[in-house]
Parts: sequence; C-alpha cells; structure tokens
Amino acid sequence: MKQSKWANVARELKGNKLGIAAVILLFVIALAAIFAFLSSRDPNQLNALERLKPPSKDHWFGTDDYGRDTFTRALFGGRISLMVGVLSMLFATAIGVTVGMISGYFGGWIDGLLMRFVDIIMSIPSFLILLLLSVYLKPNVGSIIVIISLLMWMSIARVVRAETMTLKEREYVLYAKASGQSTFGIIWKHILPGLLSVVIVSATNNIASAIMMESSLSFLGFGVRQPNATWGSMLNGAQGHLMDAPYMAIFPGLLIFVTVLCFNILGDILRIGLEPKLGKR
Amino acid sequence: MRRLIVRRLLQTVPMLFFVSIVCFILVKAAPGDPVRSFVTPNMHAADIERIRHNLGLDKPAYIQYFIWLKECLTGNFGYSLINHQPVLGQILDRLPATAGLMASAIALAVILAIPLGLLAGANRSRWVDKLVNMIAYIGISLPLFWLAILMVYFFSIKMHWLPSMGMRTIGTSSALDIIRHGILPCSVLAIGFLTVYVRYIRSSTISQLKEDYVQIQYAFGSNKRTILFRHVMKHVLLPIITLLGMSMGDLVAGAIVTETVFSWPGIGSLGMTAVRGMDYPVIMGITLFSSVLLILGNLLADILYGIVDPRIKSTR
Repeated sequence: MKQSKWANVARELKGNKLGIAAVILLFVIALAAIFAFLSSRDPNQLNALERLKPPSKDHWFGTDDYGRDTFTRALFGGRISLMVGVLSMLFATAIGVTVGMISGYFGGWIDGLLMRFVDIIMSIPSFLILLLLSVYLKPNVGSIIVIISLLMWMSIARVVRAETMTLKEREYVLYAKASGQSTFGIIWKHILPGLLSVVIVSATNNIASAIMMESSLSFLGFGVRQPNATWGSMLNGAQGHLMDAPYMAIFPGLLIFVTVLCFNILGDILRIGLEPKLGKR
Repeated sequence: MRRLIVRRLLQTVPMLFFVSIVCFILVKAAPGDPVRSFVTPNMHAADIERIRHNLGLDKPAYIQYFIWLKECLTGNFGYSLINHQPVLGQILDRLPATAGLMASAIALAVILAIPLGLLAGANRSRWVDKLVNMIAYIGISLPLFWLAILMVYFFSIKMHWLPSMGMRTIGTSSALDIIRHGILPCSVLAIGFLTVYVRYIRSSTISQLKEDYVQIQYAFGSNKRTILFRHVMKHVLLPIITLLGMSMGDLVAGAIVTETVFSWPGIGSLGMTAVRGMDYPVIMGITLFSSVLLILGNLLADILYGIVDPRIKSTR
C-alpha cells in the first residue's frame, strides 16, 4: 500500500475529534481487557453478603445477584468480546479474501459457482443459523468464533471479487501476465497488495458486527457459558433485576455500545482515507 | 419486463432448492435420535424399529430428503417434538403477531426516514444532516436488546406508562390494549430499520440533486422545497421498494431478540422456545419459512423495481 494513503488516514483523523476520541477509547478498552488479569478480584468470586449492591467506591459498577463485582466481570467480559470480535474478523477476512480473489481472478464457471454459493448462504437468515449451530455445538469461545466467521465472510468475498475484477485489468497485471509470471505470483505480488485498503475497511466494520453477534447470542443465553462473563450474558442476568438493580443493565450495555460505535467510526475514517473515490457518506 | 421476471424466477427456483437441502442437512446433523421422542419405557426393540420404519428413517438420506421435500411442498412441515402440533399451523398461528409488529415498525421507520433523509441530503452539513449522521452511527452501534431493556426500565418500571410484556392484558381483547403492548417493541424495531432507511434515502437524495431535471426545475423558477418534496422524492422513493423487499427476510430473524425481551407471542419467540427445547422440526420449519420469505422478498423487490423504473431492463 502506498504511503500516501496512510497519510490520508492520518489527515482525516487529525481533523476529526470524534475519530480521535474513538481511537483513544478503543485503546483504553483494549488495554483494560488485555490486563484484566492484573485485577486483584476474581470475576467469578461469589459473595452472599454483597448481593446487588449499587455502585460504590468499593464496587465501581456495583455487584450482581451472586455478589460478584460487576466491574471486574466487565473487564473479563470485554476480553472475550474483543477476542471474539478480532479473531472472527481475521478468519472471516481470510475466507472472504480467498474466495473473492479466486472468484474475481479466474471468473467463468468457478466465479459462477462460488457466487451462487454465497447467494445461497446469504439467503438463510444468519442469526437463525447462528442460534442453531450454537445449540448443536455446545458453545465455547472457540466454536463461537468459528460460527461467527463462517457467517460473516460472504460480504468481504463480494467486495474483494469486485475489486479483483478491476485490478486484473490494470496494465501492470497484464504486463506481468505477458512476461510469463505464474498465476500465484501475480495474485500474491500484484492483486493482493491492491486489495489491502478495501479489506482493511471491511475488516474494521466486521469486528463491530462480530462483537454485536456474540453479544446478542450471549444475551439470549446461547453464547459463552456461565459462569464466564461476557457483556451480553451480563445483560441477560441483569434482565431479572431491573426493579432492584437497574445499574446491572447500564454498564455492560454501555460498553458494547461504545466499543461497537468506536469500531464503526474508525471504519468510516479508514474508508474515507484509504478509499477516497468512495467519498464521504 | 417479462424477460426480467422469467429470468429472476428461474434463478429463484434453484436457490429455493439449495436452501431446502441446507435446511435438511441441518436437521439430519442435529444431535439426538428423533425416534426417542416416541419411545416409552415398556417398548421392545422391535417396536422402536417399527417406528423408525414408519417414520422412513431407515431409508437412505437422499430418499428421506425427497420425501421430506414432498411433504413440505404439500404444506406438511412435520410435527413438533414437544407438543406434537403441526409445525406449519404453529407458524401461521404466530404470523399475525410478528407481521403486525414488523409492519408497524417498518411503517414508522419509513415515515420518519423520508423527511429526515430528504432534508439531510438537501442540506448537507446542516443540523438535520448532523442529526441523521448521529442517528446512523448510534443506530448501527446500539445493541437493540440493550435499548429494549432500557426502555422497559424507563417506560414500564419507572414511569408505569406502558406494559413491558406480552401482547394482551389477560381478560381484555381491545385493539387499544394490543397497541399499548406493541409500542415498546415496535419502537425498538423501528429504530433498527430507521438507521438503514435514512442513510439510503440521504445518499440517493444527494445523487438525485445532481440530475438535470433538478436544474431544469430551478430554471423554471421552482423553489427548493417544491423540487425536493415533489420531484426528488418521487425518485428517491423507488429504491425504498428494494429495502422493503429485503426487510421481509428480517421478518422472523430480526424479531427474535426483540420478541424475546418483550415476550411478544410471535414467530421469533416460537423459534427461541424451539431452540431452548431442541425442537428440531419447529426450528427447521421456521428456518425454511424465513429463508423462503427472504428469497421471495428479494424477488418481489426486483420485479416491482423493474415495473416502476422501466430504465432497468432485463439486462441485469
């Protein structure tokens, strides 16, 4: 990728207070999640005496119905949510780029076959499949990452296919072909680098949607199993205590909202910087 | 026009076929033996084999698929493993609740999205545009189940204005009662749709304003408002048809979370109950039903779009 594109992103970011705030917030949330283990509290420590305590100096976000510290649980929950988001994005991107590139570069019946396949998967409501598979597979973090990435790669594949189709008509690709470079070499050296900016943009947005999927799933009780906390499952627990402990519902939801919002803002800034031809929304 | 319809229909049939295969595989891959739900403790092994034979489960998978497909086509989606009621009947029983909720949410979203999107597109970087931008950002980032919980907390628990659960107060059957129950879930869903619609309308307004006919209207001395709400709106409304078609696929899946939070007795909560109870025939029925809706919704959108905008020829 050209240096100037990153300069564009930096320029776009500089003039955008919202963007700077998003980057800083994401940084803080990521650090908090990575270093959650340094916390002196155990996220799963039950305490019958400290049930449903409102936020205080001792318990910043209060305690839940088992007397567990909500702040500590939110830290560890963030760890799982972010991990699911990032890893699902990586897998989905890998599948999407591979399928999209093969489809766009070779065209013909391979393209037809792969794109019909994408159409079929996209015509089954993905959240239903997500629910179904999570019932079959007795979910843990690993299987949830696999399921989410298997449901997310199609849109990347479509974008990458379209981009590959324009890239392969570029002169330098045609020259490389004429000079007898191997197909693999052309794809690796000439197509893949050209795809980088589209891929980065959709990958950022995909982290956001993966986090959202995981939270919805855990909220319904089919995600990561208890007692391990995720933001979604904390909200599930909070539902029964809206009367006596409404703060239980505030913080995990706010964290999902802020994290997803930050990734979306970042995705937009990257798009404007890296793909100026698409323009501002 | 006719060519477009025929072509899209021809594309749809194999899609439906493959979706049905995927659904069938999902049932077959389900853990557990379906015969189990018929077995009672004092049965002999021979009885169990007889049940297996009667259910056709001893035949090869591909034959089972065609039998299943034939049954589906004649409207028999099988029977619930839990209450032994026909699946299709249960889905159709729940359909009005979900369809009513969804239709009102979509209507509310469209009514709000049209003026907001038009004004934002026409006044870029002004307050309307900033508002729309904010709605768009918040809308795609806000977990709807969290919004639902917050709304229940504020409107039901704190202010006691609206009921938080179900569709009817027991013992009453007035329409007003259903509307009161529907306000919260409908608003939550409407916010989800509004986000998508408003962005779409805004960007198509921006591109429409660059068209020649707008300049011609200016030259004729029309003012901005007339141009926007009379001429541009007509063109902007067309793509909404596509969006509405796509929303049909969300009918079931989109309502799962919201219906669960508000205990709304629709298809979404039927699906949740089925998933909790591992009631495969019901799960599959709902998956098949909503996939078919999604495919048909897209088909319908394409055809309608072709009718209202004849510039799109069968070349697509």
